[in-house]
Amino acid sequence: MRPVHYWHCFVGIQTREWLRFWQQRTRFASALVRPLLWLVVFAAGFRAALGVSIIPPYQTYITYETYIVPGLCGMIVLFNSMQGALSMVYDRELGSMRVLLMSPLPRPFLLVTKLLAMGVVSIGQVYIFLLVARLFDVEPPAWGYLAVFPALLMAALMLGALGLLIATWVKQLENFAGVMNFVIFPMFFLSSALYPLWKMQEAGPWLYWLCQLNPFTHAVEAIRFSLYLQWNGTAVGITGAVTLVLAALATAGFRPQRTRILGARPANG
Amino acid sequence: MSLEARHISFRYRESPVLNDVSFQLDEGRFHALLGPNGAGKSTLFGLITRLLALQTGELLLSGQSLRRQPAAAMRAIGVVFQQNALDLDLTVRQNLLYHAALHGLSRREARLRSDRELARFELADRAADPVRRLNGGHRRRVEIARALLHGPSLLLLDEPSAGLDVASRDALNRHVRDLCADDGLTVLWATHLIEEVTLQDRVLILHQGNLLADGPGQALCDAHDESSLLHTFNRLTGAPKP
Repeated sequence: MRPVHYWHCFVGIQTREWLRFWQQRTRFASALVRPLLWLVVFAAGFRAALGVSIIPPYQTYITYETYIVPGLCGMIVLFNSMQGALSMVYDRELGSMRVLLMSPLPRPFLLVTKLLAMGVVSIGQVYIFLLVARLFDVEPPAWGYLAVFPALLMAALMLGALGLLIATWVKQLENFAGVMNFVIFPMFFLSSALYPLWKMQEAGPWLYWLCQLNPFTHAVEAIRFSLYLQWNGTAVGITGAVTLVLAALATAGFRPQRTRILGARPANG
Repeated sequence: MSLEARHISFRYRESPVLNDVSFQLDEGRFHALLGPNGAGKSTLFGLITRLLALQTGELLLSGQSLRRQPAAAMRAIGVVFQQNALDLDLTVRQNLLYHAALHGLSRREARLRSDRELARFELADRAADPVRRLNGGHRRRVEIARALLHGPSLLLLDEPSAGLDVASRDALNRHVRDLCADDGLTVLWATHLIEEVTLQDRVLILHQGNLLADGPGQALCDAHDESSLLHTFNRLTGAPKP
C-alpha cells in the first residue's frame, strides 16, 4: 500500500465521523448540557466558597467560571473519547469496527485514525462550548482558540486510547456506568479541572500527589495554558508522552477476539 | 483465487471450536459451508478474516500465507458478516464510499465503482436513502455490493440470509450464484439451511468443529447411499431423520 492509500483511508474515516456527527447532531448538542450545568450552576454555587488566587497562566484575579472552563473542555473530551472508544468494541459501533478491521491497511494506523476522528468531532463540541462560555464573560484571547487545538487533540487521543485499552482488557467494565464510576469520575475529580492543585495540597499531600500522577491533570493544564497563549512544557510533555504510550499499548495490544467485535462469542460457532 | 486451510484448530478458553479442519476451495466455484448453529462456521470466518488470531494450522490464499501477507489477503477477500455491519445513519452511497476509502481507493474511483455496483444490484435509485429505510433484503444486497467494491476474488458470506423471508433469501442466493458464474468469483456461503444448497455445489459439512464431509453434493449423497442432501447431512451429524 502506498502513502496515497493511507491518505484516502484517513480522509474516509474522518468524513464518516463528521457525517455521523451531522446525522446525530441533537445527541451531540445534548452532550453539551453537562458542562453547561457545571458552568452555570456549579460554578455559581462555588464561586463564593472557592477563592482563586493569581496563578499562571492568569495574570490577574479571575472568576471561578474562568478557572473551570479549561477543565470543562477537558471534561467534554474525557466523556466523549471514553464513550466513543468503548462503543467501538461494545454495542454501538460493532458493525463499523468489523468493516474497519477488514481494511488491508495496518490495524494500528486504522485505530489511531479512528480515535483521532472521534477526537476531532468532540473538539468541535469544545469549540461550541467555548463560544457559549463567552456569554458568561469567559473570554480567552482570540488566538487562544487556535492555540488550544493541539492540546485538545492530544488529550482526545490520550483518553480515547485509554478507553480502547480499558475496553480491550477489562472484561468486567461492560457498561458505561462502570467506567464512569471507576475511571471517568476519579480522573475528573482528582485533577486540576475544578480546583487548583495548591488547594489540593492544603487538603492533604497524598491528594495532591494523586492529582499529579493523574495524566488528565496535565491534559487540563496543557489546555488551560495554551488557551491563554502560554507554554507549559511539563504539562505538554507529560500529556504527549502518556498519549504515545497509551496509543502504542492500545493499538499493539488490541485483539478483536478480546472484544465483542465478532458479534457472537466464538464458542457459539 | 484459491483458499486453502491446513489443519486449522481453534480453542476458545478450554472449549475446542475447530478440530484439525483442512480443505481447499476451487477457483470460481460456489461452495456451501453447511453446519448447524455452533458448528464453528463463524469462527472459521473469523480466522480467515483475521478477526481471530490463528492458533494452529495455516491459511493460504493462492499459496501465500494469510498470516505473513495479511494486506494482500484483505485486498483479495470480500466479506458479508452474519450481523448487520452497515451504518444505519448513513446513506447507501456513503456506506459504500466509506468502505472504498478503507481500501485506499480515491474518491473518484470509489464513486465510479459504487455506481457500477449499485446499478448491478438494482439499488441505484436507493443510493441516497439512509440504510435505516431499507428492508432486510435490500440491506443484504448493499452489504454484498460493498463487499465487492474493492474487486475481491473470494467472497465470504456468513449466514447472509439470516432474518430474511423466503423470497428475499432465494433472490439473494440466486444473485450470488450469478456473480459466481458471471465474474468467476470464488464463493464460500456459510449456512445451516439445506434448501440454500444444491446437489451441484461443493459442500463442506462442519459439525462440532469437525469437517465431516467435503465434495460435490451429489457425490456426498452417493457416497453415503442417501437420496437427498438433507438425509446425508442428518446421517453425518446424527440428527434424527425428518
